[in-house]
Amino acid sequence: MDFIFSKRAKITFSILMLIGVIAMIFGFMNDQTDHHNRFWANIFINGFFFFAISLGALFFLALQYATEASYMVVVKRVIEGTSQFIYIGAAILIVFFLAGTFHWHHIYHWMDPEVYNPDSDHYDAIIAGKAAYLNQPFFWIRTLAYLGVWCYFAYLFRKRSLMEDELGGTKTHFKNITSAAIFLVFFAFTSSTASWDWIMSIDTHWFSTLFGWYVFSGIWVSAMIFLVLVTIYLKGKGFLPAVNKSHIHDLGKWMFAISFLWSYLWFSQFELIWYSNIPEEVTYYITRIEHFKWLFFGIFFMNFVFPMVILMARDAKRTIGYLIVVGLIIFVGHWFDVYLMVVPGTLGELHFGFMEIGMFLGFLGLFLYVVFNAFTKAPMMVKNHPYLEESKHLHI
Amino acid sequence: MQQEAAIREPLILGEKTYGQITDDVMAPVVGKANRSWWIVFGISAVMALWGIGCILYLLGTGVGTWGLNKTVGWAWDITNFVWWVGIGHAGTLISAVLLLFRQKWRMAINRSAEAMTIFAVMMAAVWPGIHMGRIWLAYFVFPLPNQFGSLWVNFNSPLLWDVFAISTYFSVSLVFWYIGLIPDFATIRDKVTQAVPKKVYSLLSFGWSGNAKAWNRFEEISLVLAGLATPLVFSVHSIVSMDFATSVIPGWHTTIFPPYFVSGAVFSGFAMVQTLLIIMRKVMNMEDYITIKHIEYMNIVIIVTGSIVGVAYLTELFISWYSGVEYESYAFLNRATGPYAWSYWIMMTCNVISPQLFWFKKLRTNIMFTFFMSIIVNIGMWFERFVIIVTSLHRDYLPSSWTMFHPTFVDIGCFIGTIGIFFVLFLLFARFFPVLPLNELKTILKSSGEQYKKHNQEH
Repeated sequence: MDFIFSKRAKITFSILMLIGVIAMIFGFMNDQTDHHNRFWANIFINGFFFFAISLGALFFLALQYATEASYMVVVKRVIEGTSQFIYIGAAILIVFFLAGTFHWHHIYHWMDPEVYNPDSDHYDAIIAGKAAYLNQPFFWIRTLAYLGVWCYFAYLFRKRSLMEDELGGTKTHFKNITSAAIFLVFFAFTSSTASWDWIMSIDTHWFSTLFGWYVFSGIWVSAMIFLVLVTIYLKGKGFLPAVNKSHIHDLGKWMFAISFLWSYLWFSQFELIWYSNIPEEVTYYITRIEHFKWLFFGIFFMNFVFPMVILMARDAKRTIGYLIVVGLIIFVGHWFDVYLMVVPGTLGELHFGFMEIGMFLGFLGLFLYVVFNAFTKAPMMVKNHPYLEESKHLHI
Repeated sequence: MQQEAAIREPLILGEKTYGQITDDVMAPVVGKANRSWWIVFGISAVMALWGIGCILYLLGTGVGTWGLNKTVGWAWDITNFVWWVGIGHAGTLISAVLLLFRQKWRMAINRSAEAMTIFAVMMAAVWPGIHMGRIWLAYFVFPLPNQFGSLWVNFNSPLLWDVFAISTYFSVSLVFWYIGLIPDFATIRDKVTQAVPKKVYSLLSFGWSGNAKAWNRFEEISLVLAGLATPLVFSVHSIVSMDFATSVIPGWHTTIFPPYFVSGAVFSGFAMVQTLLIIMRKVMNMEDYITIKHIEYMNIVIIVTGSIVGVAYLTELFISWYSGVEYESYAFLNRATGPYAWSYWIMMTCNVISPQLFWFKKLRTNIMFTFFMSIIVNIGMWFERFVIIVTSLHRDYLPSSWTMFHPTFVDIGCFIGTIGIFFVLFLLFARFFPVLPLNELKTILKSSGEQYKKHNQEH
């Protein structure tokens, strides 16, 4: 069945984007912070958050191939469509990094050449010690490599999937398994290094070995939440007739399980640093607890306790109402998680107002528009996938 | 009946019937042990006895008989403890996590993997026990009422959390394993003819009747236990890692430890499962049930977890430099180039580099190579703990107290002893227990059995 992008949805998403544009213009003009850091921080938070959803979807797709999993075949087009935002997300991130290179914002402290200059007042010995890694040419090589390879795989899996519809047979499928393994290996390294480069380096002095895996779990869970919500929407509109309660249940389990993974990593990182209380590490949390106390502990509660308590029961994961409520809450919760990774290191204190809300809505509109548009480009149900029958008969 | 795609490979080979599965699994239980069983059992028993002798000597004389010194106050004891706990991870992962992921191939291996888990955790528990010096006061590790005086456990200590985590893990694993065994014991009870074994298996099977209600409850409790055991798989080794990571010792204090230890534990656990099962399938003629495909799947788990561990090693190494903290950087530099560099490079070779050979399908479906690699991984994972523990301690903040650690014969003897005891227990298990979950296997015969798959394809 083909997806029809309704007029109403188009108008709604356009209105959201319009709100976003207004928030950006007014926000930029009223932004009193140094170098418009608040504005740029919001570009990055939203750019990264929605990029991460499509990247997470791509990872999940590759995981399905590599593990020979069948249960998600009936929603494969939904996962693929979600991954197609990755190109625009990557472009937004590139604009943001370019702005850093041109010193339009000072979110990356280390991009300022003065901190490396021993004669300057701004010389920073700790940052200078990291110069071999944190320097602009190397940063750009890495960033373009991650984005390029990830986008290539998003393109490749999409192309192969459409090809499989035409050709049939199992050849494409086996090729996908190999490509998925290659992607996963690349992703295993680059998801960590990308989060050091793009996010951890905001708090340039600070370091944590777990940081990359923590960011990865956030990427993954955000993608799972979106997939649950959009699948429920598409099924409600009748575009996914093959999806039954068992598929929804399985998606719900993922949302539940990866929320646990995220909470586990959040806690591991926090607890070890808090317990050891070593000055160079603990500053990171001191800033967050002093200036963002409610938000900081609030999101942990939100993103862990809500899904745990509400989705523990089997029936809850099969009931659309529960999934939507929990999904929406932790979707916002994980946006705030990204917010808390960026804002304390750039602005130092809480800034939350029309600019934040408006820009979030604007990016949401853009993201949904692009993803829904991708849904229209291919039939919602795959053909000729070797596990299709198995997936259609899923019953748990 | 669930549909199974044609391209999935069969998990039970040959023309099996339900009756045949029962007979094949019961064969070692009702038959006599063969010569090779007795030989291996004999060797293990000698190792165990030597180990018990060393432990008794240790308890009689004191912990000074180990090679510990003022700087390296923790060495083989804690290395062996973590090694054994790590091995004890695969069983519950296979039985719980793979159950939740509906992996049918787990059914051929879960019983023996769970048994291995239980024995491995028992061997792990030996180490803190004998390290206490006065083992008869071991109950002090539990928070007991204050009638004992003012001594009270320290709730802030990860060592105490370990006591809770490991005892919980052990209890849940044991219950999980035993509940799975009940229907199979009942099958044996119904089949054996001699009076004494019939009586014993009848007791062990708790009067299992096999009616629909019993099966229904059996499946429900399995799911509930799987749900409970899954967080335990994570918690146990996370807390073991906190024994080190909550400290301020460079090389120990790093935030990646919890998930990295969990992954390493699964890695070593699967290696031990491979070591045991590759022998067992041969000696007990289980090749039709534990197929090359099973071995390949386990090897894939080994590549994945080994690579995660590899990413963690590199992350630690990189961040130690990136941090700009000189103690942190030195700890890692010392590991890679210091007097213990040989152990670091053994670890790197065994855990990170050699498992990558499993990317070749030819190698990961080769039984001899897999067996060889499983031993390599076991060695590598032992050295990983040794590297973390000893190299971080032997050169501390005060260069005048820098020293080396040399194990004594008691260190070595106790370690060999736990290996001996472990194998004795496992061999007894293989002799008297149904080593495959025969009743569960029957549930996949018609969807994943070779002849049924052929039949389904033709129609």
